[in-house]
Amino acid sequence: MKEKLLEVVNLHAGIEGKEILKGINLTVGPGEVHAIMGPNGSGKSTLSEVLAGNPAFSVTEGSARLAGVELLDLSPEDRSHEGLFLSFQYPVEIPGVSMVNFMRAAVNAKRKYLGEEPLGASDFLKLMRQKRAVVELDNKLASRSVNEGFSGGEKKRNEIFQMAMLEPRLSILDETDSGLDIDALRIVAGGVNKLRTDRNATIVITHYQRLLDYIKPDFVHVLYKGRIVRTGGPELALELEEKGYDWIKEEIDNNAGEAAK
Amino acid sequence: MMSASANPLLQYADLYNEHSATINNCSLSPLNALRASALQVVVGQQLPARGSEDYERTSLAEMFAPDYGLNISRLQVTADVAAAFHCGVPAMSTYLAVVVNDTIHLSKSLSRLPEGVRFCRFSDLSETDYEWLAGYYGKIAGLSRPEVALNTLLAQDGLLVRVNKGVHLSKPLQIVNLMAGGNPVMAVRRLLVVMEEDSEAQLLICDHTGLGAVECMSSSVSEIVLERNARLDLYDMEEASDATSRCSAMYVTQQEGSHLLIDEITLNCGRTRNDFDIRLEGEHCDTFVGGMAIGSAHQKIDNHTNIVHAAPRCHSHQLFKYVLSDEADGAFEGSIYVAPGAVHTESYQSNRNIIASVGARMHSKPQLEIYCDDVKCSHGSATGQLDQEALFYMRTRGIPEADARRMLMQAFMSDVIDSVRMPGLNDRLRQLVDRRLSGDAAHCIDCRHSCADDASKQS
Repeated sequence: MKEKLLEVVNLHAGIEGKEILKGINLTVGPGEVHAIMGPNGSGKSTLSEVLAGNPAFSVTEGSARLAGVELLDLSPEDRSHEGLFLSFQYPVEIPGVSMVNFMRAAVNAKRKYLGEEPLGASDFLKLMRQKRAVVELDNKLASRSVNEGFSGGEKKRNEIFQMAMLEPRLSILDETDSGLDIDALRIVAGGVNKLRTDRNATIVITHYQRLLDYIKPDFVHVLYKGRIVRTGGPELALELEEKGYDWIKEEIDNNAGEAAK
Repeated sequence: MMSASANPLLQYADLYNEHSATINNCSLSPLNALRASALQVVVGQQLPARGSEDYERTSLAEMFAPDYGLNISRLQVTADVAAAFHCGVPAMSTYLAVVVNDTIHLSKSLSRLPEGVRFCRFSDLSETDYEWLAGYYGKIAGLSRPEVALNTLLAQDGLLVRVNKGVHLSKPLQIVNLMAGGNPVMAVRRLLVVMEEDSEAQLLICDHTGLGAVECMSSSVSEIVLERNARLDLYDMEEASDATSRCSAMYVTQQEGSHLLIDEITLNCGRTRNDFDIRLEGEHCDTFVGGMAIGSAHQKIDNHTNIVHAAPRCHSHQLFKYVLSDEADGAFEGSIYVAPGAVHTESYQSNRNIIASVGARMHSKPQLEIYCDDVKCSHGSATGQLDQEALFYMRTRGIPEADARRMLMQAFMSDVIDSVRMPGLNDRLRQLVDRRLSGDAAHCIDCRHSCADDASKQS
């Protein structure tokens, strides 16, 4: 049987009593790249927030296992320690918290969770230096407050830098291409590709085919009205780019209409 | 002894009347000279109660109500506290005076004070200096406020800082105030700082409670004079026990071109009321007043500022930040007064607060009174919770919630901490804040040992 890294089964979740995810099923194996596409409001970002454990959302049904561990029972920090990483669509600015302190707290919390000794100062700085190179993140940014005053491109690079530091098993990149020019997109995508191994996996959430030219997916899923309504190979993304989402929407809405009759 | 009466001032007036000979004999004439007028105020006025104007959250009447003991015969503390005391600010060498309740000990470091600097007790002055002292003592504070009049009625000694014209003191001065003793006690503290023309100094004041101390109260009045182009950085740090009450009034006058920085840092306290009255009397003065308060349990922290722009072209900036949890009660009332003719005044005030629990409360009242055109003034106040988005972001990176909260609170305070210019003190402060926020004993560990030693020697 094929090994499963992430297994989401019949996931229902919503916010303030409004159901947004209406039964998501998704399986991701090691080494794979999955793209999740879909029109605005279909629930793409909700899926990433729910998997990461944003307390603003409540899960009403279903399960999500990462390497056999039920994520939905864990705090956001423990999900991170188990190997989940979310690259935010809008990375949060945290004035007064330096990148160094932020990263050190994150790395050492994970080490503690895994029963390892905290990293010493010089080892930690060495690690920072190494990983910064992955996305060509300037040392000046690393010494500033988290995301404060960063440009859109710098914020996204900073996300991938953090991903490199934490070496997750599963990374979810939420609209990582938004707000990026072509050069920044190339650097960010290049960083993601460098971090790929046959043991970890990536979920790329995006509106556009463009990013998928750089991060090549093995599977493409279409999310619509809180469900994955279609799954295919990379060619599905090209088809969407050409034809838009309307044909899928019509198909699904008509079927739903038929079923209602 | 008297029991706590409806007007607690009267119990002290009685005490004074009964012991006036002793009080005067154990003091010096510039201080004694003001007692008669102080007594008049004390018997003629009431201490403000909670909810009265400018005292929305603090009752001075309640604060002074307990029947505190006073050391009017000036009994000396036997132990050499100054030698036993070791402050925890690392790599920081200071000229140190230690005040146990209201008894002042000068450390050996003071024998090496550079020329042109006096840092001593009022009682160390020779009689030829009394006239000079009388020219300042009580003149800046006045007697209009009853708690200040009470302090003036009872004060028998005080600390003097005098930096002569043109003298730049590179090493900071430090005053460590300790509350000690096994009985409820009130310390009556006075400080006079005279910075002469073109002089420069840094002063660090640390308020602590000894481990053995029970319910105690510090009443302090500080008078600070900055002459032309003088510069003073003053860091006033309180890290006291929950049973400590503190009523502090700081009066400052600034002459032309002088620079003042005050950071008022309340790390731990019982109930605290700090008043700042700052008059900018000459042109081109620059004033920064920063405040940082961390309150938990049932602690009360009340800061009250009044900055008077009496001269043109001065600049003042106030920045007060509070983090309150549990049932803590915070208050900030700040007023800016721009007098007629004080053109080109720039004055800003900001008060930001984080309420980290359901039970904590914050009262904030900014006030601007402007009697002059052509000024730039602003004030702002915001009270809210920790940024939930930032909290979630940090948790997704694996930072445990409690740590993330602490880091965010510390970050919230960072601009006040960054205003500290004394080498070594910012780092120390960051550590102390971190320890305080992580809910550890939150005491300045090194100090605590010596406080404990000190308390045991006292009893």
